Amino acid sequence: MNRAVRRIGLVLGVLILALLVNINIQQVLLANETRNRAGNQRTVLQEYNRERGPILVGVDPAARSIPTDDQYRYLRVYANGPMYAPATGFYSALYGATGIERTENDVLAGTGDQFFVDRVQQLLTGRQAKGGAVSLTLNAAAQQAAWDGLQGKVGSVTALDPSTGAILAMASSPSFNPNLISSHDLAASQKAYEQYSTDPNKPMLNRSLVSTPPPGSTFKLVTTAAALESGKFNPNSEIPGPAQYQLPGSSKKLGNWNKSACGANDKTTLTGALEISCNSAFAWLGNQLGSDALLKQAEKFGFNHSFTVPMRAATSTFPNDLDPAQTAMSAIGQYNVTATTLQMAMVGAGIGNGGKVMNPYLVNEILSSDLRTISTAKPSQFSQAMSAANANTEMQMMVSVVENGTGTNAQISGVSVGGKTGTAETGGDRPAVAWFVAVAPAANPRVAVAVSIENSGEGGAEVSGNRLAAPIARSVIEAVLNGQ
Amino acid sequence: MSAPVAPAAPQASDTEVPRPSNRRNVELGLLLVAYAIGLYAYANVGLAMEGRLPDNFLAVAGVFAVLLGAAHLAIRMMASYADPVLLPAAAALNMIGLAMIHRLDLADAQRAARNSHSAPTPDVIAQMTWTAIALLLFICVLVVIRDHRRLQRYTYTAMVAGILLLFMPLLPFIGTTVNGARLWVRLGPLSFQPSEMAKILLAIFFAGYLVVKADALALVRRKFLGLGIPRGRDLGPILVAWLVSLMVLVLEKDLGTALMFFGLFVTLLYVATQRRSWLIIGAVLFTFGCLLGYALFGHVRVRVEVWLDTWTYANDQGYQIAQSLFGLANGGVLGTGWGQGYPQFVPFAKTDFITAALGEELGVTGFMAILVVYAIIIERGLRTSVACRDSFGKLLSVGLATVLGLQMFVVVGGVTRLIPLTGLTTPFLSYGGSALVANWMIVALLIRISDRSRRPLPSGTVEVGDTAR
Repeated sequence: MNRAVRRIGLVLGVLILALLVNINIQQVLLANETRNRAGNQRTVLQEYNRERGPILVGVDPAARSIPTDDQYRYLRVYANGPMYAPATGFYSALYGATGIERTENDVLAGTGDQFFVDRVQQLLTGRQAKGGAVSLTLNAAAQQAAWDGLQGKVGSVTALDPSTGAILAMASSPSFNPNLISSHDLAASQKAYEQYSTDPNKPMLNRSLVSTPPPGSTFKLVTTAAALESGKFNPNSEIPGPAQYQLPGSSKKLGNWNKSACGANDKTTLTGALEISCNSAFAWLGNQLGSDALLKQAEKFGFNHSFTVPMRAATSTFPNDLDPAQTAMSAIGQYNVTATTLQMAMVGAGIGNGGKVMNPYLVNEILSSDLRTISTAKPSQFSQAMSAANANTEMQMMVSVVENGTGTNAQISGVSVGGKTGTAETGGDRPAVAWFVAVAPAANPRVAVAVSIENSGEGGAEVSGNRLAAPIARSVIEAVLNGQ
Repeated sequence: MSAPVAPAAPQASDTEVPRPSNRRNVELGLLLVAYAIGLYAYANVGLAMEGRLPDNFLAVAGVFAVLLGAAHLAIRMMASYADPVLLPAAAALNMIGLAMIHRLDLADAQRAARNSHSAPTPDVIAQMTWTAIALLLFICVLVVIRDHRRLQRYTYTAMVAGILLLFMPLLPFIGTTVNGARLWVRLGPLSFQPSEMAKILLAIFFAGYLVVKADALALVRRKFLGLGIPRGRDLGPILVAWLVSLMVLVLEKDLGTALMFFGLFVTLLYVATQRRSWLIIGAVLFTFGCLLGYALFGHVRVRVEVWLDTWTYANDQGYQIAQSLFGLANGGVLGTGWGQGYPQFVPFAKTDFITAALGEELGVTGFMAILVVYAIIIERGLRTSVACRDSFGKLLSVGLATVLGLQMFVVVGGVTRLIPLTGLTTPFLSYGGSALVANWMIVALLIRISDRSRRPLPSGTVEVGDTAR
């Protein structure tokens, strides 16, 4: 019988071996896949179990975790929730995380590689692991000014430090309250989320990064840059500026916003055309330069390129393969040209920074749980969009727009501000988009800001970048300049 | 891996071998290791979850020292040549199970506190009481059954009692359906799972019956398709066993128990006759039974579908197994540590799914260690069988080892999605008194048989009974 018993032993041995192999497959090989499957509360709970690091603006936390006594041991609370929401995002047991909460999760949860030593220490000392902190580039005063200016409107403000690309303000309106979505009362969380996601004004959209209306006349900054870079034009070059521009190969005519010619004898200068935002002059200029030159210039400023700040920004577009009529329309920021306020702030910042366009970024520092600096952002250049000389020239032209042209509402006494207005038609009955791009102080720019108001709530009234958007840009600039 | 590496089969004439040491001190040493592991686990649960030792830590340490010490002394006095590994291995599993039940009790208490309910009665108290009862019965088995061969006299009594127990849950009033399977009997405040005790009785019956019938079953056969096929009338018993298993499946909706009994019978038939045709016939009947079950019963179909496509059903019928897999994945290689995971998310974590809970908190490392302890118990059971000098003891010990092995495989395989899930308790680990008592009795019987087979024969005598083939 013993041979039979040994055979039975072999069979049982094979069964146990199968179990051993199988648990290794489940717990090691497939573990990551299983952990990330929908419906796995453990992953979320494990994060909640640990004190998540704060998101800092200056020294104040915009988001921090406070202990609770429910099953999620730490609650995420947001100071000035709606104002900082485009940057922080939310952190929800039901809906996961967005914004910096998502992109910097490794740091905040303390699971990133840079925390390895901390984790080992915490393991050895038996202390509960804590996440690291993320310090943002945002300037609290500038963000507040941008947020205040957008109240009651649909639109966004993005402000950059021209020399580094650091994002100083990133406000979006309407916004949402991340405290409501991050609530541990899951029913309340669900209610808030559903209400926000069905709101036609899309409060959970970070418009600074993802809303891409046509930039309208603010795009003339790019066309002007292309003109200066071509070497064929200088600020005083005389160019035609009739009341209407006959679109080539089309029966349609493009008119100026004030329905009159831009200068005596239907002529003006490049500076004059920029000052009063002369459509006919820039349409003509676009075809003089050619669509390829415009495309090249636009791409040097960051169009047709996707930036991660670290959230991914929508690509601002400048189309190619344009016929002369489309080129004319594109030169004034219409047709299929689209831009985020981040993109237009980069245009202003590039001009203010001697032609150097810096990559935009929102995270200034990564800190350990005891607020030791682990790493600091290193500003990096995206491109040299234009020569330093041409950039300085264009900067002076922008100052002229604010001092003598359409951008008077951006004037600040004692500070020379450069700017450009824009009013973009979006077709149909939809309201026009009011734009303003500003850079200041002109001699040594410390802030570039782009404002777009997609809907002012003022119905069909003529929308003007100067009236709606310029005051917001001005208060953001004042906030940055007064803060130091 | 548990294939026994036994010494050459002893023969009746092997009376001149040197007197083997009785290895009792080895047992004591291993028992101390098991005791230390168990107490460490129990202390760790308290420290991890409440920041202090469990309130009853010293009492538990004392009670277990007394119980395990008594079991050890009983072996020293009444089975002094017994296998030294069985008691420590079973004790280790039992204590690890207790620690996990305590850990899940604390999770239940925390949840009750969160919902402002009063804390439920901790199950660990009941389980400890049952452990004490099981170990006392363990000692009783050693005291009462001085020679396992006496059990052979009760072959048919065991059959009647076993079948009665098996079908007891079907009786009106006392039978109870728990989680879809009619497995339980409730008498006033006491409830128990008669199939656990039935597995011992039926192992005794099968062993006793086959000792007598083996030759007829093995030798009288016809050739058919190149296989020696037994006569029709000899096929009777296997068909009866198969039908009984099918009835368990149909009437009690208990796939696991049915599988276990059928596997036990086929194994013993094979060992008794050494005819592989029985394994083939068994496999054919098993396949047929499975197909029949699949075709006839919705709950069998659901189990199979959930097994094949767990994640599609992760929120309804597959919730348990999905939660179990989430837990195992969360445990990873080293586990979360006692009290640091979320085993309470898995339904029935204290019973069927206790290995998922252990896999989460001890990791694949701890889980493998637990499976290896089972492998050791099974291997020791089979080694006992190989060394045993009488056919009845040989069959009984291989049967008991097989029952433990199959039960463990079916439930752990189900919990880890190796095979479709069937409800069975995990031997020694799961919460449940009847299972604990039955499994400790199995260990007692194996110890009794191993004592018998390792005990040197008085010189000059020839043991009566069957010689090993």
